[in-house]
Amino acid sequence: MQVTSETFEDLRTDFPVLERKVRDGKDLVYFDNAATTQKPNQVIDAITNYYRNHNSNIHRAVHALAEESTEAFEMTRDKVAKFLNIQDRQEIVFVKGTTEAINLVAYAWGRENVNEGDIVVTTEYEHHSNIVPWQLLTQEKKAKLKYIDIDENGELILDQLDEYLETGKVKLVTFSHMSNVLGTITNTQQIISKCKNAGVKTLVDGAQSVPHMKVNLSTLDCDFFAFSAHKMLGPTGVGVLWAKKEILEKMQPFLGGGDMIREVHKYETTWNDLPYKFEAGTPNIADVIGFATAIEYLEKIGMENIRNHEVELTKYALEKMTKIKGITLYGTKDMERRGGVISFNFNDVHPHDVATIIDKEGVAIRSGHHCAQVLMEKLNVAATNRASFYIYNTKEEVDKLISSLEKVAKVFKL
Amino acid sequence: MSGDPIYTEMIIEYSRNPSNYGKLENPQVIRHDSNPLCGDSIDLYLNIDDKKITDVRFDGKGCAICMACSSVLTEMIKGKDLDYVKKFEKDELLSELGLEHLIKTSPVRIKCALLSLKALKYGIYSYFAEKMDDVESAGNLKDEAANLY
Repeated sequence: MQVTSETFEDLRTDFPVLERKVRDGKDLVYFDNAATTQKPNQVIDAITNYYRNHNSNIHRAVHALAEESTEAFEMTRDKVAKFLNIQDRQEIVFVKGTTEAINLVAYAWGRENVNEGDIVVTTEYEHHSNIVPWQLLTQEKKAKLKYIDIDENGELILDQLDEYLETGKVKLVTFSHMSNVLGTITNTQQIISKCKNAGVKTLVDGAQSVPHMKVNLSTLDCDFFAFSAHKMLGPTGVGVLWAKKEILEKMQPFLGGGDMIREVHKYETTWNDLPYKFEAGTPNIADVIGFATAIEYLEKIGMENIRNHEVELTKYALEKMTKIKGITLYGTKDMERRGGVISFNFNDVHPHDVATIIDKEGVAIRSGHHCAQVLMEKLNVAATNRASFYIYNTKEEVDKLISSLEKVAKVFKL
Repeated sequence: MSGDPIYTEMIIEYSRNPSNYGKLENPQVIRHDSNPLCGDSIDLYLNIDDKKITDVRFDGKGCAICMACSSVLTEMIKGKDLDYVKKFEKDELLSELGLEHLIKTSPVRIKCALLSLKALKYGIYSYFAEKMDDVESAGNLKDEAANLY
């Protein structure tokens, strides 16, 4: 498919919510894509079609609806495998989101493999979902949680990782592929290769990377990888944990219940095969099926094209924002090293006030600590504003953000 | 801007120059509270003598609404009897700044407006419970604080 800037403009009609008005007739400018993305008609229709025509529980009954539902559900697993170049579909576990995926690893792998005195390494720019599960684990096990700090460009100081690895105590290094606040793209390959040399496992939080760039899990070669469907046009309540088969096989289950068992007796149970061992209970069938359509949609545009579109928008926005007096921008200026996320502060105006004023102009950004309070402490701010882009955003919308910031300046007499 | 105004002259002015901003040395009551979603975070300090708020300060970081409401609240309760503070209602505070509409229009921003009042009610709840042994008043205050927003 030949992709031009018109392609991106045209696909806006697939997203019904982009047609609506907000706040007394203003066009919606949706720049909160790092939190969740909007859904195209194709995805909405896939979910509706499932409930209208196929709805059934899966993996058990032999009737027609059950077979159709099972097939559609399992087809998503194949789509995910192809999308991320995963060789073995049994390594793909459906969960309800990145948070659950990380908690699954912390519980089922961490409790068996992290002991007193061991170290789990995370980073200063993690989302709370990649900090709190490890706090719970290391506190329970009397292990230590260590952080890789960031430098003034918002990049990880990897010398610190070397120091931690030299202790020989590190069991896991867990980090985000792309920061949800700074947009920094982590030097993932380098971290993984350092860890492999030291025989240490790695977990990559791909919540912000998979929606925005080509990810190849075969070449990345981490041990665990987690991401969410709703940040990539898919429905909420669906996520994926990918892990190497030999690791999943050795892990105890996370949740016990239906579908994850082979045989249940009064006092003992044997586990189902992978990945079902980790998929207890009726899964989120409709939304998993909707997720397949989201992947198809993204594949049709092409992840490289999506990345280029976002780079162009981000460059454009940064250029304009740099010129506004009193704007503080966070993160690296090197577009090779960052995604389509811009965190900023505007003079002494609290981000909540900025967001409220520009919301009246129809511009939706996120303000707050973005579930990254450790990073906020590091930046020495209570909160930031964050504009984050996706495939349907345009330069005209960036212009609206810029002009709405002028309103903020006027209200606060800057 | 359309609709009910939030960013009035008065609110902008208070956000730039908050009243009673700072700490008190050895206060009878210190209460910290924060809104986890937006990052408003304040400490409220009270000196209480003979059932009267003799001095009050607050400090911390917050948005314009939080700073303005905290300022006005401290102005309104300074020198007042504990009895008055006990009965003080959120509408009194909101109407002082013309923010009554937030209750209906902005369930998110109402938290910014009422954070200091929540800290105040929790703060004097513990004072009633521990220093005055007034369990009934303390219980009511705690419930009120918990259900403020």
